[in-house]
Amino acid sequence: MDFWNDPLKTAADWLLALFTGWGMPELVAQVVIGFLGVLLLLSLLMVLDIFLVWVERKVVSRFQSRIGPNRVGPFGLIQPFADIIKLLIKEDITPEGADRVVYNLAPILSMMSVLILWAVVPLAPTILGVDLNVGALYIIAAGAIGTLSIIMAGWSSNNKYSLIGAFREVAVLLSFEIPMLTVMLIPTIFAGSMGIAAITNAQDVWFVFLAPLAALIFLIAAIAELGRSPFDMGEAESELVSGYNIEYSGMKFGMFYAGELLHAFTFGGFWAILFFGGYRFFGLEQVSPFLAIAVILFKAMLGYWVIMWIKYTVLRIRIDHMLAFNWKFLTPIAFVLLMVTAFLHALLADASSWLYISGMFLSNIAIAWIGLEIARSASRKEREKVEAVQVVEAHR
Amino acid sequence: MTIDQIIFLLVALFTLFSALRVVTTGNLVHAALWLIATLFGVAVMFALLNASFLAVVQVVVYIGAIAILFIFAVMLTRKEMRDQGPQMNRNWWFGASLAVLTFAGLYFLLQGWNGISKTAAVFPSGFDAVGELGNALVSPNAYVLPFEVASVLLVAALVGAVYVAFNRK
Repeated sequence: MDFWNDPLKTAADWLLALFTGWGMPELVAQVVIGFLGVLLLLSLLMVLDIFLVWVERKVVSRFQSRIGPNRVGPFGLIQPFADIIKLLIKEDITPEGADRVVYNLAPILSMMSVLILWAVVPLAPTILGVDLNVGALYIIAAGAIGTLSIIMAGWSSNNKYSLIGAFREVAVLLSFEIPMLTVMLIPTIFAGSMGIAAITNAQDVWFVFLAPLAALIFLIAAIAELGRSPFDMGEAESELVSGYNIEYSGMKFGMFYAGELLHAFTFGGFWAILFFGGYRFFGLEQVSPFLAIAVILFKAMLGYWVIMWIKYTVLRIRIDHMLAFNWKFLTPIAFVLLMVTAFLHALLADASSWLYISGMFLSNIAIAWIGLEIARSASRKEREKVEAVQVVEAHR
Repeated sequence: MTIDQIIFLLVALFTLFSALRVVTTGNLVHAALWLIATLFGVAVMFALLNASFLAVVQVVVYIGAIAILFIFAVMLTRKEMRDQGPQMNRNWWFGASLAVLTFAGLYFLLQGWNGISKTAAVFPSGFDAVGELGNALVSPNAYVLPFEVASVLLVAALVGAVYVAFNRK
């Protein structure tokens, strides 16, 4: 029965007994077991990734009033496998004048930056890779490696479109990192720790009820970090052909594509972990760790669906509007929210939990309302200025 | 030799090699990439020393910021990014002797220091290193003054950058 209560530890103990029984030193056995655990997690993720291709195509087709893949296998489920075979047997082209090593390293780094995120994801109370005490920062650090892979891909392809795509994408990624990191500090304040497991454990009340505005800002910044529409600057098809990955073909392109899908799913998961209780669902996680995994996968899928929903219904925003939106609206509002939350957290530390929750909730709503009012009056002034100039020009 | 020492030596070799490549490679963008490898090696050093916060901040700040350096390297140079000129200038012997002197000075200083042969103290279980660091940064008995001075300096740099870039109509 131990296996059903704590599968990871039971399996590790069993393997340790087996390996030491073969005469392997304990230290080596532990390293081997660690590698096996990583291998298991990565293989499961890659298999999940294959089905994400199917999920993405099915969902987008429903949004666009189509049926989507439906020929290969039931509901088109085998379609992604056919796609993989196609990608693998495609000719692999390296453009003339490309920087070979950097060119080949970029897709690997892109995929890696997504996969290393899963090291800190708690799938169940007993199932997690490492309980880093700087988990929230670690997510941003992995994002920095993703940024690097994009600029590497864009530069090494020796193509003007891909270079422009990479410039624009990096500008967006670097600027949206700031509200994202700021907003990630808000669950940190509530939980009193940056560790992802501690943040999950602290959510007796989901943090989305304490900080709905923070959850919204995190979602917007996450979509920008993913480089997805409406912030898909890096690969704006109508302007840049395909952006930073234009010269990649076959499985190298597949790495970027699969990395993007898994990244979206992962950020759906982080949205769930930081603001929707992670694997917690009315005590269901105490029943069995497998139920906990099911809960977090369901929540991550839901977050992923919201990200897809926005991607396929909102049009692309022009890059200057996007950067202005980030620097003049999102970043200030995130900073104000962080300061108010920290202040209220100290002020209401001894208050009853109802007062604490309602105070936090109302402060969020108030900040959102005030921010929108300021933005509205500022844009009205801007519009009047533009109209006045037009009137003057019309009278000339 | 323990496993820790082997890992340390490998990481140190990697860091030194990439640092050497930063200055010897002729291609600007490759130099930026080797710089990233160097700084990543330093981050691994911090992780080996149980300084997880510093390790992660090293990656966020340096590798994240070098992407910008990268962009400037690409934008400010022509398409052909190979540096054609000689790698050394006339002062190479001066720089080399300065480097040797610094190394020798550090070597003699550390000879008299007994901290090298000591093993690091193990954290007691439940020790919150990040929390301790945070408390130390805002505690008047520890580092609140240097911390605030650094913050003021950064804000001044920020205001200066905005002032320089501000477009007066």
